[in-house]
Amino acid sequence: MKPLHLIPDDVNVPFLKFRKIFYIVSLVMVLASVGMFFTKGLNFGIDFRGGILVEIKTNGPADINALRDNLGSLGLGDVSIQEFGEPDDVLIQLQRQDGEEEAQMAALAAVTKALGDDVTIRRSELVGPKVGSELKEAGVYSVVISLFLIMVYIWIRFEWQFAVASVAALLHDVLITIGFFVITGVQFDLATLAAVLTVAGYSINDTVVVFDRIREYLRKFRKMEIPDLLDLSINSTLSRTTMTSFTTLLALIALFVFGGEAIRGFTMALIFGIVIGTYSSICVASPLLVVLRLKRKIPEAEEGQEANA
Amino acid sequence: MLYFTKWKAALVLLVCALGVIYAAPNFLPSGTFPTESSYLPGKQINLGLDLRGGSHMLLEVDTDSVLRERYDALADAIRTELRQEQIRNRPREATENGAEITILRPEDVEKAREIARTAEPNTELSGEGNNIVVTYNEVAYRELIDRAIAQSLEVVRRRVDELGTTEPSIQRQGENRIVVQVPGLDDPSRLRAILGRTAKMNFHLVNNEKTAADARATGLPPGTMILPSADEGDGIREYLIDRRIVVSGDNLVDSQPTFSDGRPVVSFRFDAAGGARFGDITSKNSGRGLAIVLDGEVISAPRINEPILGGNGIITGQFSVQEANDLSLLLRAGALPAPMQILEERSVGPGLGQDSVEAGEFAAVLGLVFVIAFMVISYGRFGIYADIALMMNLILVLAVMSVLQATLTLPGIAGIVLTVGMAVDANVLIFERIREERRNGRSIINSIDAGYRSAMSTILDANITTLIAALVLFSFGSGPIKGFAVTLAIGIITSMFSAIWLTRLLIATWVKRSRPTELVI
Repeated sequence: MKPLHLIPDDVNVPFLKFRKIFYIVSLVMVLASVGMFFTKGLNFGIDFRGGILVEIKTNGPADINALRDNLGSLGLGDVSIQEFGEPDDVLIQLQRQDGEEEAQMAALAAVTKALGDDVTIRRSELVGPKVGSELKEAGVYSVVISLFLIMVYIWIRFEWQFAVASVAALLHDVLITIGFFVITGVQFDLATLAAVLTVAGYSINDTVVVFDRIREYLRKFRKMEIPDLLDLSINSTLSRTTMTSFTTLLALIALFVFGGEAIRGFTMALIFGIVIGTYSSICVASPLLVVLRLKRKIPEAEEGQEANA
Repeated sequence: MLYFTKWKAALVLLVCALGVIYAAPNFLPSGTFPTESSYLPGKQINLGLDLRGGSHMLLEVDTDSVLRERYDALADAIRTELRQEQIRNRPREATENGAEITILRPEDVEKAREIARTAEPNTELSGEGNNIVVTYNEVAYRELIDRAIAQSLEVVRRRVDELGTTEPSIQRQGENRIVVQVPGLDDPSRLRAILGRTAKMNFHLVNNEKTAADARATGLPPGTMILPSADEGDGIREYLIDRRIVVSGDNLVDSQPTFSDGRPVVSFRFDAAGGARFGDITSKNSGRGLAIVLDGEVISAPRINEPILGGNGIITGQFSVQEANDLSLLLRAGALPAPMQILEERSVGPGLGQDSVEAGEFAAVLGLVFVIAFMVISYGRFGIYADIALMMNLILVLAVMSVLQATLTLPGIAGIVLTVGMAVDANVLIFERIREERRNGRSIINSIDAGYRSAMSTILDANITTLIAALVLFSFGSGPIKGFAVTLAIGIITSMFSAIWLTRLLIATWVKRSRPTELVI
């Protein structure tokens, strides 16, 4: 049996020829994401906003309307009630209560009391305003720090053009993944933030593989024009890029479908991010090297002669 | 490169064998092995609270109130000395910013400052004009806070131990926070009830000159205060009581819930000193009310009918059985040195935890099957080698997590699933490279050799960048997210071993044994 090749061996797609189209597509997606982020905003979960979350299991299918009436009458502000995976599984979320930590405790006590003994409380979470803002801060720090460290690493291993291009691609992926959350309104909590950071790690991983090949070919094909060389590098790693993305997606899709409601948002972010990350490492990161005027390193001896002349 | 020295091959096999041995306990019923030793196999992976069920609580100790109390006492001590020197002064309201005293006559200020300076070691003097402010210096401040937190930890531990759950974890976090994790607790409200209270109990005499209402109208008699009643069932909303504590809750040695006249009450017993003072007070103040004050509220204020000499007594109040249980528990465990605030609480019921484990396991196995099948379809024989490495990688992740006693959380399971996808990446890189080298007309052995060699630096670069993201996640994340970062980081490291060394050994053995003339890849 001949093994399956996802990408034919003699693949030769002129990616660089379409780079203007990719730039426009990416720019539109990034700008749209940033714009929506500032206008519509993320649907922050209680991790970052502070507030209360209670997951309950009811006897038989839940009567959402009755629950809404029951909890709405407590005067605790907006109560969001939704089915969570199963008809008898309900997720209740309360916005952060005015006042300090005690106010949150009182609200949680009121909710559990109002729910009564007919339902099983499967999970309850309370995040006070203090912790909420700290988690937000730590989240921003962790994104910034990991982007910075990754850039430093790439800079050490490659030339600066690679570092800039890879971080640009990385920012591209992170911003568009965040844009995905803004558009879909999927809740953004600690787990999804972790997913975004993983996307960052994954995306850079993909980019580095292509860059590695570019570096190798720069040494090997000394006469080739840079755009041709980039195309050749992308094409010869294309099979690997798609294979790895595909296997990772296979595993993630299994998790998305069967992993349970609690990590659905998390896996969704990963799946989306990996698709975007694959696109960016093929169509954005390498073409950017042309914009950044990647040159072959001129051997030092020659450079010295030029300086003397 | 394809040639393996004997000891290198033995090393690879040894790592695999150790992995199997250390991972094995996770597939056997718990308790199969003794778990005392920290290095021998036998330990199972620690499940996070989100998987085994339980409660997590983040508490903050109100260190400002500790400071307020201490500065109040310090101001008192200084004022006593000032009085002895006939220096007229006025106290200011106690704050967490220092002991503040106003000196009334300007000519006394110099002398007063000298007294304040030497009142207590490790303090600093400031304040302008006729105001004196004494604050603790960094050393004393730190010691004060550390002691308050240590005491709080101890009290919290005693209270949580009373719940009778297994392996609760109580740890300090940062300067003034305490993390409590109680696995297997069904009802977090119970934990909330016993941790949310300071449980400072004191006995005060009720003032017999005026009622609280009169005092509100005509002014408080000196040395008294008004405190609210804990419940208004008996029609009394407030009490006017003497400020002075007649017996402090610190003197309690035991407390039990019991019944009196068919109603739940709480019995208590004093130590010798407390018992003597209690006897003394109750002998001298027959007919007056004795207010039992808990955290600034009067639980009850029974009239003293006869001297109570044995050091035993009961507290009556509008208690339910549960409340009487909780109160006696709190009194037994002792008071917190300062109030605590619950900043964060996360509880997962055991049912949900079990469901999550099952869903996660199923998804992980399914994902694994997909990937295994796909690798075989794509790379034939080499795919099978990669799959063996993949399985080995999973075993190694489990083994490392068992040895390190790392915590597996729900996002952690996702991390493992993600590693399944990513672990084959190294092999994909290598195999794709071998394909290329073959296309370029190299011999079988040369191709394999070149494949491994040139893929190496790429694999390293790619994995280190992902590792950076995982480490940052680990240091900034909390709870479940940490669990994700841990499995991801471990998975990346073990996958480098299994995908590079193990597959190479497998392929080298195959090449050596069957000397292939054709490479189907």
